[in-house]
Amino acid sequence: MDNLLRIKNGVAVLRSSIPRVDYGDFFRTLSEFVKNDGFIVQFFAYEENGQYRLVAVVRNHDLYVLQTEVGTIFKSFTGAVSEKFHMFEREIAEQYGLKPDGHPWLKMVRYHENYSGEKDVFANDYSKEIPGNYPYFAIGGESIHEVGVGPVHAGIIEPGHFRFQCAGEEVLHLEIQLGYQHRGIEKMMPKLPQKRYPIVAESIAGDTAVGHNLCLCQGIEALAGLGVDKKASIVRCIALELERIANHVGDLGALSGDVAFNPPAAYLGRIRGEFLNLLQVLCGNRFGKGLLRPGGVAHLMGEEQCLLIKEKIAEIRPEIEHVCDLLFTAHTVLARFENTGTVAYQTAKDLGLVGYAGRACGLAYDVRVAFPSECYRELGTNRNRVINGDVNSRATVRREEIMHSLTLIDTLVKMYEQDGDIPTAVRAGEHRLAPDAFVVTVNEGWRGEVSHCILTDSAGKIVRYKIKDPSFHNWTGLAMSLRNQEISDFPLCNKSFNLSYCGFDL
Amino acid sequence: MEKYILLCLVLLAAPLFPGIILKTKAFFAGKKGPPLLIKYYTLAKLLRKCSVYSTSTTFVFRLGPTVGFGSALLVLSFFPFGGVEPLFSFHGDVIALFYILGTGRFFTVVAALDTASPFEGMGAAREVFFSTIAELTIFTVLILFCRINGSLSFSEYFLGDNPVSLVDPSGALLVLVIVSMFMVMLTECSRVPVDDPATHLELTMIHEVMILDHSGPDLALIELASFYKLFFYSAFIVHLIYPFSAGAGLLNGIIFTTLMVLIYGAIGVVESITARFRMNLVPQFVLTSFALVFFAAILTMGVFQ
Repeated sequence: MDNLLRIKNGVAVLRSSIPRVDYGDFFRTLSEFVKNDGFIVQFFAYEENGQYRLVAVVRNHDLYVLQTEVGTIFKSFTGAVSEKFHMFEREIAEQYGLKPDGHPWLKMVRYHENYSGEKDVFANDYSKEIPGNYPYFAIGGESIHEVGVGPVHAGIIEPGHFRFQCAGEEVLHLEIQLGYQHRGIEKMMPKLPQKRYPIVAESIAGDTAVGHNLCLCQGIEALAGLGVDKKASIVRCIALELERIANHVGDLGALSGDVAFNPPAAYLGRIRGEFLNLLQVLCGNRFGKGLLRPGGVAHLMGEEQCLLIKEKIAEIRPEIEHVCDLLFTAHTVLARFENTGTVAYQTAKDLGLVGYAGRACGLAYDVRVAFPSECYRELGTNRNRVINGDVNSRATVRREEIMHSLTLIDTLVKMYEQDGDIPTAVRAGEHRLAPDAFVVTVNEGWRGEVSHCILTDSAGKIVRYKIKDPSFHNWTGLAMSLRNQEISDFPLCNKSFNLSYCGFDL
Repeated sequence: MEKYILLCLVLLAAPLFPGIILKTKAFFAGKKGPPLLIKYYTLAKLLRKCSVYSTSTTFVFRLGPTVGFGSALLVLSFFPFGGVEPLFSFHGDVIALFYILGTGRFFTVVAALDTASPFEGMGAAREVFFSTIAELTIFTVLILFCRINGSLSFSEYFLGDNPVSLVDPSGALLVLVIVSMFMVMLTECSRVPVDDPATHLELTMIHEVMILDHSGPDLALIELASFYKLFFYSAFIVHLIYPFSAGAGLLNGIIFTTLMVLIYGAIGVVESITARFRMNLVPQFVLTSFALVFFAAILTMGVFQ
């Protein structure tokens, strides 16, 4: 504990102030921290002056950071300490060719060549285009059959491969392999002109455009010493909440459609459109793009926009309540939702699930409450009542969040209308970033904890840009929820998590 | 002559009725829904295309749709729609016909297995399992009818001297049969709450997943066969509800069509107000239909008389 440097969300610190300990201390400190209800926000490697460094950002009720130097092989946390590290260690191995020794299931994450030019840890030949040069976890036995789904799917969804080990209809194990949409965003970021940062950040995951862009903007603001006007900050929060509502509403509709209960699917599909339209009122397009820029927002609300948003929210609120009642009182729907895809509290905690998937299991962590940025300190919080970890809990948590977010938007619009000049809109431009600095930003995107981490060198140039989508934590949760479930319930479980493929693939 | 014209009419009209289900569902969802003739457009579209065959399949795969279609067609030609003498009829034809339908299913299943796709294997296993249980209900119904009516042929059931009918002294039993045949229809024709014909999720499908690899005219034949099958089960229920007397001509036709529309409408309503069952509850649903007709059959044993 003593080694860790306490930091604040979205506040830059000097890189030299981050304690650099030897690997033994690093291992001991993090192990102790994680075993005592600590969770990982970021854990990544970077290269400087031919040396490899590992940086860990962890949280309990505060954020902490620690770093160390390693060679090409280091002792794995996954097997010895906690499963929370498993995906991060695989990512480190893939990105820099550093081998976590003792990792129980060391497999590539996204299938790309490493950045450092070290010998590939997985012995893959990347000139072959299709990932596949690795073993799947297999179960033996006469009545076991394997079902492979994807990467091309029947619906309009992103590519991902799901490998089920089944005994009859029962799933014994599900292994999820992604990486089909890897675009190399992290590697690309330091090379781009600053003007393009927001545009790239908005494209990390199309459904979390505001969430990721908010993290980026706060990071750049912290490094460039930019302040954000209160009103611009309110617009940011409204955009983030609208994005949350639109996605939750759409997913509740899709859940309903997946159990062949059509009326709510149709109504909620339409209502989702209403919220996307509100985003358009806010920024001129339905997906919240082009709104947030370092230093503020590109579009501020006038009286007309405030009125449109207020009126629409007042109009839709009762509609959502009615449709949700219809969905959650239909006993045939509840029969499908309840006790399906259950993730036990302990499992969720061991894996470090975030967002609604975590809250549905009883992990109350919400970045808006724990590490509030923008206006969230002044806004009310939300409590979830149904926390059994099943599909029903995840659906109910999302229903509650929709209602909560509607109230937040009401409050935010009122705050916006209070006195004060409307600031000028901001355009993306070049800013001088603080040299030798480190900043981590965390925000509650609609899926959960979105986090970006930026490191600059002595000239103020970005040396490492690290992105983490909440899906990075939660995909393993989906795999666990399928244990001993019927394979026919997979689409329902999958939709109840609705994780991002491209947010994971980067 | 009349019976030939009627059969042609039935074959032509069968794709119209599923449009009613879609319209009903659209009404409940607050949508406009596809046009009533949508299934004709679909068939025309499929027939214009050519079939694509995977290199890993054999002639068995190509045989599936044709045999399935043939079996559905044959069953319709034995059924006395609206009180009109069927094309063919012989003593014991019901047993033969349900097994002909079974043959159609068998070939659909082997065609699915022929693709060696893990999905299609799962779908085949489910289809066979559920229809095996549904067969229990169907044959108990036949036993019951045999006791009421003394015959084993469709035309005897509905046109003979002693037709099976709701107004009969033993008619009350038919209420149970109607309910359970409706449940069997939902199962056999892959409707909600047993299966969801509209889903795109391969892992949850039962019937649809078996025909994933079929395309073009082959798929058109499969679709047509499923329309015929649904038409057959609906007509069966209609005949249980209303006894058509021979020779009433046009009036029979109107009543028959109205009742058919109501049955399809009822399917639409059921599909709108219920979600699908979890897969492991489907056998219980099908067995419920068996319990109902078995109860009816016991009542005819004369134990309580």
